[in-house]
Amino acid sequence: MAGSERDMRDAGPGAPGPREPGSGSGVLRQTARSQYLKESSLRALFLACASVAVMGVALIFLFVGLRGWAIFAKVGVVDFLFGSTWLPTEGEFGIWPLIFGSFAVTIGALLLGAPLAIGTAIFLSEVASPRVRSILRPAVELLAGIPSVIYGFFGLIVLRPIIADMSGGLGFGLVTGWLILAIMIVPTISAISEDALRSLSPGIREASYAMGATKWQTIYKVLVPAAKVGIIDAVILGMGRAIGETMAVLMVIGNAPVVPAGVSEPFSTLTTTIVLDMAYASGDHRTALFGMAIILFLISMVLVALVRSLSRFGKQVG
Amino acid sequence: MNKRVTNWIALGALWAAALTTVGVLGTLLLYVIINGIGALSLRFVFSAPEGVRMEGGIWPTIVATVYVTGLAMLIVTPIAVFAAVYLAEYARQGRLVGTIRFAADTLASVPSIVMGLFGLALFVEALGLGFSMISGALALSFLMLPIVMRTTEEAIRSVPKYIRWGSYGLGATKWQTVRKVVLPAASPRIITGIILATGRAVGETAVVIFTMGTMINTPMLPLDPGRSMTVHLYILAMEGINLPAAYGTALLLVAMILGFNLLARFIVRRNRRMMG
Repeated sequence: MAGSERDMRDAGPGAPGPREPGSGSGVLRQTARSQYLKESSLRALFLACASVAVMGVALIFLFVGLRGWAIFAKVGVVDFLFGSTWLPTEGEFGIWPLIFGSFAVTIGALLLGAPLAIGTAIFLSEVASPRVRSILRPAVELLAGIPSVIYGFFGLIVLRPIIADMSGGLGFGLVTGWLILAIMIVPTISAISEDALRSLSPGIREASYAMGATKWQTIYKVLVPAAKVGIIDAVILGMGRAIGETMAVLMVIGNAPVVPAGVSEPFSTLTTTIVLDMAYASGDHRTALFGMAIILFLISMVLVALVRSLSRFGKQVG
Repeated sequence: MNKRVTNWIALGALWAAALTTVGVLGTLLLYVIINGIGALSLRFVFSAPEGVRMEGGIWPTIVATVYVTGLAMLIVTPIAVFAAVYLAEYARQGRLVGTIRFAADTLASVPSIVMGLFGLALFVEALGLGFSMISGALALSFLMLPIVMRTTEEAIRSVPKYIRWGSYGLGATKWQTVRKVVLPAASPRIITGIILATGRAVGETAVVIFTMGTMINTPMLPLDPGRSMTVHLYILAMEGINLPAAYGTALLLVAMILGFNLLARFIVRRNRRMMG
């Protein structure tokens, strides 16, 4: 399943719209008045539909923001973000352990998942024969479509006991989270990296081979540097997916709102705390959960903006 | 080291990466199928869960999942397709289009838990729709919107220009051209995008848990609450009650997702053959 993340990279202002003879209003003016009214009202309807996306973002910002902003005013931005104690029932609203958990599990998953995904992308684009590719590529796309709750279930039932045997604990913790998340971000990163590699002109491959370079030399000296911007985009979007992931992580990390002492100790992330606490939270506690959602929303928005400015930069350079 | 040796080692590593990825998928699917197949029966599919251990079947959760994703599909399809028509056929590149695209990208990357809280705040509470199919469907449609928009826009853009010129040459207006020429030509790929987005909605958990609730109920009206298959699986797995039912639910979910994927693939392939 080709995630929509894959397409964000080329969302820049590039691609000019088609310019048909009918697109100028000058042509329309020559048609009947009723026809003109119909055409222009339809145009307005389509514009309204396109604006739903903008409206959606505004509504999310408004409604999640309205419910959550009070916590920043009450606790203070610094104390909320960097307070080290999360004891909401006793009025302690420091979410630092949760932010730490979110980033710790995401960065570990990226370190494991990104090389695997980029390797898979290079394999599919440069090494695999068309026949092998036609089998492996749909498989990777399918991996993207599997619900996160299934990954979590698999991690809980299969992976966790193995980790528990090796570490001596219960198996809930960073290691299990890393492994599950690493697998989940592979399809995202691999699909976008593969697009970046395949969009390179075949000429630069041939030039490299003509110089006597081997396949591997061509890959790491020519193709990967040329597709660098696309691959970085892929990793950033993979990061966005990992940091927002909820159910799979929730089922394997044990959920304790502390900075974990080791890699097989239970911890919590922003997303998992929201799910678990929302069931009973009220008052300031509930406000704090919406405040955490604001932070997650901002993080994902910053990542999208980063990707967009990167691809603009890439276009200027290339 | 000899460059030929390095080459072989590196290519071996790339093979290993790809095989690891696919191997994990295979393991996951096989594990779910082997453990789930024993739990499947007509009674499991068509009867309701009973008692604290959730014996019996999962029928209400299947109905709720199909209901909410079907409703979301109906809501999102016209909006997303018209939005894509605007972006691909009408809009001139400029600040407005840039804003729309940025919004769609942002919407696509909003963590599903944030979408869930948004649905809770707006549809469940502010609009007073309560935990219901319609709340779930509205929240899911925001999740599906950017996916369907993007695939539809690509589908429209891939329709050759000369077909449009032919239509204009016959004196057709813009809307006549879009409706009678462009959309029919793009429809297989549009349908594929809708199917893939629906498949994504079927697997969604964090959004529906806060908009449909967790009550086991066979929904009839859009205002009825219900528990989706994903939420059911989550609760079964986390509480450790009735593991066979959890495996069975997981298998049915994977089968649905697989079905959606194969259907989408089939439509693309058939279309490719027709287009030559």
